[in-house]
Amino acid sequence: MTDEKPISQAEKDEAAYFARRATEGGVARPTAGVPESPAAAGAGVHGAQEAHTLFDVQEMELNFGPQHPSTHGVLRIILKVDGEKILEAKPDVGYLHRGTEKLFETETYPMGIPHTDRMDYIAAATNNHAFCLTIEKLLGVEIPRRAQLIRVILDELQRLSSHLVWLGTSGIDLGAVTPFWYAFREREQILDFFEEYCGARLTLNCMRIGGLPFDLTPGWTERVLEFIDDLPARIDDYEQLLTDNRIWKLRTVGVGVISADECIEWGLTGPILRASGREWDLRRAQPYECYDELDFVVPTREGGDTYDRYIVRVQEMRQSARIVRQCLELLEPGEIRGKVPRVIKPPAEEVYASIESPKGELGFYCVSNGSNRPYRMHVRPPSFINLQALPRLAKGHLVSDLVALIGTIDIVLGEVDR
Amino acid sequence: MPGAVVSSKEFAKQVTVVVTRESIVGVARHLKDAEDFRYCVDVTAVDWKTRAPRFDVVYHFYSFSKNDRIRVKCTAADGEEVPSIAEVFLAANWCERETFDMFGIRFAGHPDLRRILTWDGFNGYPLRKDFPLEGIDTGAAIYPEEWPEGGGPSKNDPNRKVVS
Repeated sequence: MTDEKPISQAEKDEAAYFARRATEGGVARPTAGVPESPAAAGAGVHGAQEAHTLFDVQEMELNFGPQHPSTHGVLRIILKVDGEKILEAKPDVGYLHRGTEKLFETETYPMGIPHTDRMDYIAAATNNHAFCLTIEKLLGVEIPRRAQLIRVILDELQRLSSHLVWLGTSGIDLGAVTPFWYAFREREQILDFFEEYCGARLTLNCMRIGGLPFDLTPGWTERVLEFIDDLPARIDDYEQLLTDNRIWKLRTVGVGVISADECIEWGLTGPILRASGREWDLRRAQPYECYDELDFVVPTREGGDTYDRYIVRVQEMRQSARIVRQCLELLEPGEIRGKVPRVIKPPAEEVYASIESPKGELGFYCVSNGSNRPYRMHVRPPSFINLQALPRLAKGHLVSDLVALIGTIDIVLGEVDR
Repeated sequence: MPGAVVSSKEFAKQVTVVVTRESIVGVARHLKDAEDFRYCVDVTAVDWKTRAPRFDVVYHFYSFSKNDRIRVKCTAADGEEVPSIAEVFLAANWCERETFDMFGIRFAGHPDLRRILTWDGFNGYPLRKDFPLEGIDTGAAIYPEEWPEGGGPSKNDPNRKVVS
């Protein structure tokens, strides 16, 4: 008589399966209670080793993504881990590469604008803006004041919606589900404003070289103003859920600390740089459109960790609301399109223009050869450059913190891969 | 930097300086340390199909103290190596990888020069002007040769397609 339970056929099958996996070089699992089969004992170098060193220091390679929900798209990270600790992280990008830069070269200047929508697809207006600004710089055209103001309004609404998506999704990544519903409620309203303005909610295509495609619909400004009046109280709601939340702080304070000097070394821009204490915002440093006459604060923090980046983004949302309100007050009837020739043929020159997108510095470098299509159009995507620093941020943290770090960089894979 | 600058010009208040290919690392270091251009914005290239040195490699730098940008360019013929500035500016690492991936310009001394947007084994450089828009049959398989158990055509099936 023995106390051991009889081994069922299913358990035998499982043991045989793992033994087979071991001989094929796969990962074997120690099978408790089942006598080792001759096949596993003979060839299972892998299996035997693992059973003995289960709790010792052991490097393991872990494939994170590309179909993991917390990667916010198709990002693959090859992790070298020791237990839960990350020794090395290697991002592998390019799953969403569509050759946008090549497409720019084959189409006329105005035909490039819809392609920019598909780069950072949750902040299409800023992409449109950067593209149009580059061509306008090349042509040397001034755009009318009303168009400038409407562009700034669209930009800031877009920044709000982008930060709201960031807030909701990175909250969910760390287990805070509630803010998501609040954030997406407001985002839905912003998308409705876009829909009313240009007919699209995400791929806006809402700017043209030299101005705007449409004027505002009647009553739009009042509705936006109503929304903006309401917004600070709603941001208070999000802050109530997260800012002093103990779990949120435990997951974010001290995670992914980076100094301002290192940010500059890595080329990090946007909220990440500002959360490290450097007050640098292209809207203030190199103002475009009418940002120089608007009254707003560039929020900064000193810590440079995930929590500070959260605070900076929330503060930016409050500032965006302020900017939208000022622009709505300044709006006066007028032209929405500058003097741009029907066929756009810029001089054979090169130009670089950039704006402050919700993620950082978004720049376009355009080389013209005098024809009606760009000879070369290069994008400087903030997500791509910011993602580069992920191995630096993730080193030494736990795998669960990696999720927080991907969230805090605020990447959009459409822009990373283009 | 004596002897490094070939030419310079200004358009739309943007300064472009063309330097020799060999001096690019020295120029980058000089800009970073002496001129305070500490932020490397971007590295990219332009393919001038018919010109004698075929490629322009274009660098953008930004100075926080001057609040100004500078564009530095150097030329490279097909197959010529450009010294890498990834050791000077960490931010240039992925940009140079992208330039290599898209144009086939090799950067000498780059710590990890692999393809980044296309996959390893891709046979071609998409942003070169002679690369057709509709793509080419690169002969590289995205998917492994072996199909999963119990599904897919066999390896010897003439109708089996390898996506490339």
